[in-house]
This record gives sequence, C-alpha cells and structure tokens, in this order.
Amino acid sequence: MASRDDIKFLSNPKIGQNKKKYCRFKKYGIKYIDYKDPDFLLGFINEQGKILPRRITGNSLKYQRKVATAIKRARHLAMLPYVADLLK
Amino acid sequence: MNQYEVTFIVDPVLSDTEIKQTSENYVDLLKTEGCQIVHVDEMGLRQLAYPIKKRNSGIYYCIEFQSDSGTIIGRLELALRRDERIMRFLTTALDKYGIKYNEDKRNGLIKKRDKAEKKSEKSFGQTAAPVAAKPEEPVQPSKAPEKAPVAAVAEEEE
Repeated sequence: MASRDDIKFLSNPKIGQNKKKYCRFKKYGIKYIDYKDPDFLLGFINEQGKILPRRITGNSLKYQRKVATAIKRARHLAMLPYVADLLK
Repeated sequence: MNQYEVTFIVDPVLSDTEIKQTSENYVDLLKTEGCQIVHVDEMGLRQLAYPIKKRNSGIYYCIEFQSDSGTIIGRLELALRRDERIMRFLTTALDKYGIKYNEDKRNGLIKKRDKAEKKSEKSFGQTAAPVAAKPEEPVQPSKAPEKAPVAAVAEEEE
C-alpha cells in the first residue's frame, strides 16, 4: 500500500506541458516548396483537403504563404483534391 | 535570364507516339523561340485527384527552360490552351531556390520518401517533422546536421 508520501502527483505532470511549435522550414533550411510533390504537401492539409492553419502546423508566416501557394498549384494540377472526404 | 517551368497533363487515351510527339512539340516550340531547355521531366502516368474532362488519369510532363523575356509565355500558353491533347497546364517562374531544388532533384540529392516513412509520418502527425524534412537535407548539409543534435538534446531534457 502506497503511503501519502509516495504519491507525488495525482496525474502525469508532463501532460499539461505542450511542446513548443517550430517552423520546420526554418529549422531544417528548406527554401523551396515543390508543388509537384503531393506527398509532402499532404502534411499541411486536413482530411477534407483544407489547408491547415499556422497555429497547428507552426509554420512561420513566410513559409505558410509558400505552402499555401504550393498546395493551390498542386490542386490546379489535380495532384491534390479541392474537396475530399477521408483523404488520410 | 529567367528560368521558368511549365507542367502539363497530356490525355492518356492517346497512343505512346502521340504523347511523345506532344511533348516534343512544345520543346521544339520553345527552342525555335530562342529558349534554352534546361530539362524535360517525364513524370509519367499519374492518378488525378479529381476527374478532368472525364479522365481519371493523365500523363504529366514538366519542361524547365530559360528565357530572356517572358513574352514567350503568352504564346506558349495560347498554344497549350488550343491543344486538345492537353488537359491542364501550369507555368511558373522559378526563383533561385527553385532552380537549386530542381538541380538537386535531378542529381538525386533529394530522395523520395518510401511508403513506410510516409505512413509513420501520417500517424505521428505534427511530431514527424524530421521525416518530412529529410528529402531536403542535402540541400544545406552544413546547416541541418548542426541543428538536429541540439534539438534532440533539448527534447531529452524535457
């Protein structure tokens, strides 16, 4: 039987801490986003095919704009859908 | 000298020779207009994400070329628009990073991720950034390896 002193935390203390988001393009030095690579762009859209906001992906504004253009170009070329259900 | 890139989708119903002819047609057109062809990428038959002209697949071509002035673009697009064999096209101007990326891609420096890696990325969602960044790492070999270990240490500390 665990005494009161053994129980330090009622819940996992790490649960509340959320990891700091970062811009993967800045971090890894990616300068160009290819619109012909739909597999890569798939990481920036949700399952309906909508572009994910910056607050979720953590992209900097500069690269969020580039991601958005690349996705729109890929959509025009039918590499990504405009509308979808259960994309992933 | 500006560098451009035109991607177009050719009707898959045509015969192989006709498809080849179509792409050569545009390469010739650009050459006669005094453009330098950098590279012609045959991306091959791909499934379309949505039907275009009642077709569910298409043959992708990508021509990269250099031109002094952009006046050729208008004529090229007019020709593409009039061509019934072309289902879709997109012309883009490349910046210096785009040119470098395409060069590295041709030289095989940028690897395509295989299916397994993609799947792991999907399941982890946002946490799989390193996987997503992998194909680009060789672009700046000096920067990426330096930064990665620091990040790994930081994660451990947390």
